[in-house]
Amino acid sequence: MSDKKEYSFYPGCSSQSGASSSNYLTSVTSMCEELDIKLNTIDDWNCCAASIGYAGGGELPRISLSARNIALSEQQHPQQDIVATCAACWLATREASERIAQSTKIKEGTGVALKEAGLEMKNDKKIRHMVEVLVEDIGMDAITAKVKKPLEGIKIAGYVGCQTNRPFGIHGESFENPQYLDNMVAAVGGEPVRDYEKKVSCCGGALAFSEPDKSFNLIKPILESAMDHGADMIVTPCPVCQMNTEVYQDKINAKFGTSFNIPVVYYSTLMSVAFGRSAKDAALDGQVIQAEKLNKIAK
Amino acid sequence: MSDLNQALAEKYQGNFLKEVIDNVEEGDMVRMCMQCGVCAGSCPMGPHWEHTPQKIFMMIRANKRDEVLQSDSMWMCTSCYNCIARCPRELPITHIMHGLASYAKRLNLVPKEQPTAKFAQLFWDNLAKKGRVNELKLGISLYFMNGFGEGIKVAMGNQKLGMNMLKTKRMAINEAWGGHSVKDKSGFHAMLKKAAELESAAIEAHSK
Amino acid sequence: MSDEVKIGAYICKGCDLGNRLNTDQLEMIATREGRVALAKSHDFLCGEDGVKMIQDDLASGEANKVVIAACSRRAKTDAFSFEGVPTSRVNLREGVIWVRPETDEAQETTQEMAEDYVRMGCAEIKFMANPKPSEEQGTNRHVMVVGGGITGMTAALEAARAGYQVSIVEKSDALGGTAGQLYRRAPTRAPYADPEDTGVEPLIQMLEDDAKVTIYLNSVISSTDGAPGRFNIEITQGSDQLEIISCGSIIQASGMTPYDASQLTEFSYSDAPDVITQLELEALAKAADGGPIKRPSDGKEVKNVVFVQCAGQRSDKEGHLSYCSGHCCNTSIKQAMYFKDNALSSGTDPLDIQTTILFSDLRTPGAGGEDFYRSGQDKGVTFRKATVSAVSKDGKVSLNDLILDEEDTIDADLVVLATGMIPNSGRNNEREDELQTIKTQLEAEHKEVPQEMLDEIAIPVESILNLNYKQGSDLPQLVSGFNDSHFICFPYETRRTGIYAAGPTRRPMDTQQAQEDATGAAMKAIQAIENAGKGMAAHPRSGDLSYPTFRKEGCTQCKRCMMECPFGAIHSDEKGYPQYNEARCRRCGTCMGACPVRVISFENYSIDSVGQQIKACDIPDEFDEKPRLLVLACENDAYPALDMAAQNRFEYSAFVRVIPVRCLGSVNTIWITDALNSGYDGVVLMGCKKGDDYQCHFVKGSEMAHVRMSKIADTLQTLNLEEERVAVHEVAITDIQRVPELIDDMAKVVEEIGMSPFKF
Repeated sequence: MSDKKEYSFYPGCSSQSGASSSNYLTSVTSMCEELDIKLNTIDDWNCCAASIGYAGGGELPRISLSARNIALSEQQHPQQDIVATCAACWLATREASERIAQSTKIKEGTGVALKEAGLEMKNDKKIRHMVEVLVEDIGMDAITAKVKKPLEGIKIAGYVGCQTNRPFGIHGESFENPQYLDNMVAAVGGEPVRDYEKKVSCCGGALAFSEPDKSFNLIKPILESAMDHGADMIVTPCPVCQMNTEVYQDKINAKFGTSFNIPVVYYSTLMSVAFGRSAKDAALDGQVIQAEKLNKIAK
Repeated sequence: MSDLNQALAEKYQGNFLKEVIDNVEEGDMVRMCMQCGVCAGSCPMGPHWEHTPQKIFMMIRANKRDEVLQSDSMWMCTSCYNCIARCPRELPITHIMHGLASYAKRLNLVPKEQPTAKFAQLFWDNLAKKGRVNELKLGISLYFMNGFGEGIKVAMGNQKLGMNMLKTKRMAINEAWGGHSVKDKSGFHAMLKKAAELESAAIEAHSK
Repeated sequence: MSDEVKIGAYICKGCDLGNRLNTDQLEMIATREGRVALAKSHDFLCGEDGVKMIQDDLASGEANKVVIAACSRRAKTDAFSFEGVPTSRVNLREGVIWVRPETDEAQETTQEMAEDYVRMGCAEIKFMANPKPSEEQGTNRHVMVVGGGITGMTAALEAARAGYQVSIVEKSDALGGTAGQLYRRAPTRAPYADPEDTGVEPLIQMLEDDAKVTIYLNSVISSTDGAPGRFNIEITQGSDQLEIISCGSIIQASGMTPYDASQLTEFSYSDAPDVITQLELEALAKAADGGPIKRPSDGKEVKNVVFVQCAGQRSDKEGHLSYCSGHCCNTSIKQAMYFKDNALSSGTDPLDIQTTILFSDLRTPGAGGEDFYRSGQDKGVTFRKATVSAVSKDGKVSLNDLILDEEDTIDADLVVLATGMIPNSGRNNEREDELQTIKTQLEAEHKEVPQEMLDEIAIPVESILNLNYKQGSDLPQLVSGFNDSHFICFPYETRRTGIYAAGPTRRPMDTQQAQEDATGAAMKAIQAIENAGKGMAAHPRSGDLSYPTFRKEGCTQCKRCMMECPFGAIHSDEKGYPQYNEARCRRCGTCMGACPVRVISFENYSIDSVGQQIKACDIPDEFDEKPRLLVLACENDAYPALDMAAQNRFEYSAFVRVIPVRCLGSVNTIWITDALNSGYDGVVLMGCKKGDDYQCHFVKGSEMAHVRMSKIADTLQTLNLEEERVAVHEVAITDIQRVPELIDDMAKVVEEIGMSPFKF
């Protein structure tokens, strides 16, 4: 591809080294290398407050966090869309951008607050999720064209979850039954579970920490449905979804007497493997539950 | 009860809807709810609510101030946005729930020992300190949020989980000493302080 | 042209008819059995060429009556319309080939079906003449409007603008009616966000300025005589007879009376000055004129107002209205907005004035209803789904919140009750007669007449129209005292031709609906005048020139026709013979169906035109195992349903012969007895829905038929036939799947009980 696509990249806290979705960033990096996507990290980015920051922060401080990131991006990469890989990062940033555009009160407030950090914002950027880049800018055909090791014979349940899907979602997709994740699975040669009932169910999000029992009740059917469909693994675009559905399987088994042991990977993991990258580049070593079928392909 | 709470309750006496419109994030949309109940049927935490969003909106309009603000219902929100996606009136229900929770916290009306309220505060404090979340510290403080004894128990229960995370390098012990941070900490802190001041000032002004 | 009847029978071979049927055979039957002068087939009869063939025969005098054996009479009406030429349509397409399978074994019975229909068409045409208009009335382009409210005024203005003279009679001393008492009304146009001006003032001005309009205030109608095109109306002011006006049609826009809220003791209406009705709030809003609305008791500015919806309405409690008055939800939203909007214009935060609407079901009809509700919410009006158990004297409203499922109270400064409307529909002659009959009977039996009956008789109700009709002084009523107008298909059409009901006298409604109603009624009133002038039916057989006549020598003066005519068209002369008023007649034929001596007929529709079709069918021998079923299907809904069933290729028995009738009310029992006597094995009658929610185009026709058929059991007994051989069904136009089933059901019944013994 001649023209490399460049984006102003907002990686988010959980992607940092030694953090819970550092494996996501590793595989995204490999995937982007293969797809000629250049991610220019926003220097000195801060946390977006995620979905749980509301209570401690309130409205204006919370929105100011995202405003700061947008302002930095405007300074550093004026022509580039902001791209996030984390659902919460994307959602919070886009939400902040919209709220600032809609409300004079919020716009003025964030303006005053940003000034304290020596910043200002125009708020003229598109805030996008990495999957939008893949769907809209790259396209499934271009992805398929890069596949060296098709994921043949692997049945994969696409768990879209909440925040990549609602309230914004991916253009042209329905909230109740989005198809893009299944399309991605198909694009890399895997077998999607298109009628996966729990595709857009909630995993409990941050409440997995504060209300684990209630959340486990939500996570269990997500795993169950994937198993019922004979899926070999689950794929997701969201760090919280990945974490909640993967790392608590032990505890869920203990609580419900089940025996779940199903790997949960990122779409970027699938692509890295299919594009012929090593297990390390695909961050397969970051799986708490090893994705054996991918390990085999990636050697 | 805080003084601020008392002052606001008196100021808006018998007109809780107005109080919500004036002070709660996206609160002005509460009046547009048409009571269809789709939110109630769409919420994953359905079994755990005392009051569904639909009822919360009705209670606000029916002046049930204490029942709403002291409720633990808003704290059940997982931010899944199902209610927003499905609301035929396009109410930002998730945000209103967050707004009510935040307002209740500001007025010191949150039920004691509400775990999500506690965790939310820990999360905010954690991120506000250095501009980025320190997951290790957050995890530890989460375990110990209900006291030391309880914390040890929780930590022990999560031992395997922690080991798994460490093994896969998705948790790092060295985060305990320093860890990730924004570079412009002073600018960052000044910004947050200003934003918090502006917000508090607006609400305090309404109490007078 | 000579008087000799020359029937031309034309058989179409298009639409696969030529392949499915032996048309040569049909031609032969038309000629030999039907005795037509000429019979011809054509490959494409409705095409230019086919139509020209018929026209040429008509022009040359080869034929002067026509039988078209092709598609349903409801298809190709333009092609097969020959002015002044009686035409019978034989339905070979929808009636035969489309409802029969295209198989070898079905071929024989399918052909028999077609042959019978050709016989029937040839029989019918012999009894069809070309109707000529009655010259009973002239054209009188003058419309009488009864009632000077927003409905009457709008109707008057519409008629005057269309070039008609108008007289408006108003009982009170001013035009305006209820709408004139309003401060504003609910919005009638986009964006449906704010109350708007009622438009009453300019309307009054326009009428006063219009030379075509004469306004009679403080006046009532003391007598109405005549028929469409020739009404004579006496207008009286006090005890003085003012004038007798001749007019062509009448619009009754007599409006409504507010429900008496003093009956609602649980809401303290009579005891508390600050508990008022919606109409009373309008007066407060008028007085405030954009400023703060003050409550009646102490003039305090209202800060907390509660609206109680459905007060004494939609309730089966004694003394309450059972129905919804239609406008009250929008009215309460509008009135809550008075408070919000007035606050805003006087510099108060609208949220500081609390307005709560307590409803059990919020109903905001009309295009803008939902938008208006939304706008109310946007302005901060609180809607609570609740039932109100009581309102105390000091304005404490006790309620049960149905969402929160809890009891609650609101301390209101002002409570507004959404009470309903009662139609000003005149005297209920039917009920009066009924009461009188019972009373007479009880007295004759020396029994005590119950007090509530005496009370009901004692309540004086003023007549609106004072019709000098044998059938009563006022427009008949349907339910809850509203004047009957054909609510499902033909609003404004009452059961008195040429008299159109508009506005809340016919059903509950708001001012916008009343104005739409008025416009529609004005149009119908104009149509009635014009059609009457031409001797045509007004509706629903608009343009029909036929009208019933009777053979005096056979008449027994039984008055059954006068009683059964749904439209009060038939008066009696001094000797008790029926006296037709053609212009009042809707041409349904209910009188013809009612007549026990069968002396009533139309030029093109009569006992014979149907009876001879029944007799023309070939009835096979009992041992042929080919039963014959007769279906008399109402042409309004049942026959179209059969056509549509055919379009869907739903099959039904080949043994059936269907004859369309104008209305089930026109079915004379002689047709049934003749059919059974001549060997038919079963008879099915299909008419429209009857009862309070009737769909009968002639209101009472279907009901009459059901009553008559309930008595047919006796006839069957005397013939020693099973009751099941006759069935009457209510059929809707949408019953496309059901109608073939009904036919097959009768076929099954015949199979079970066996063939009729009357085959000769």
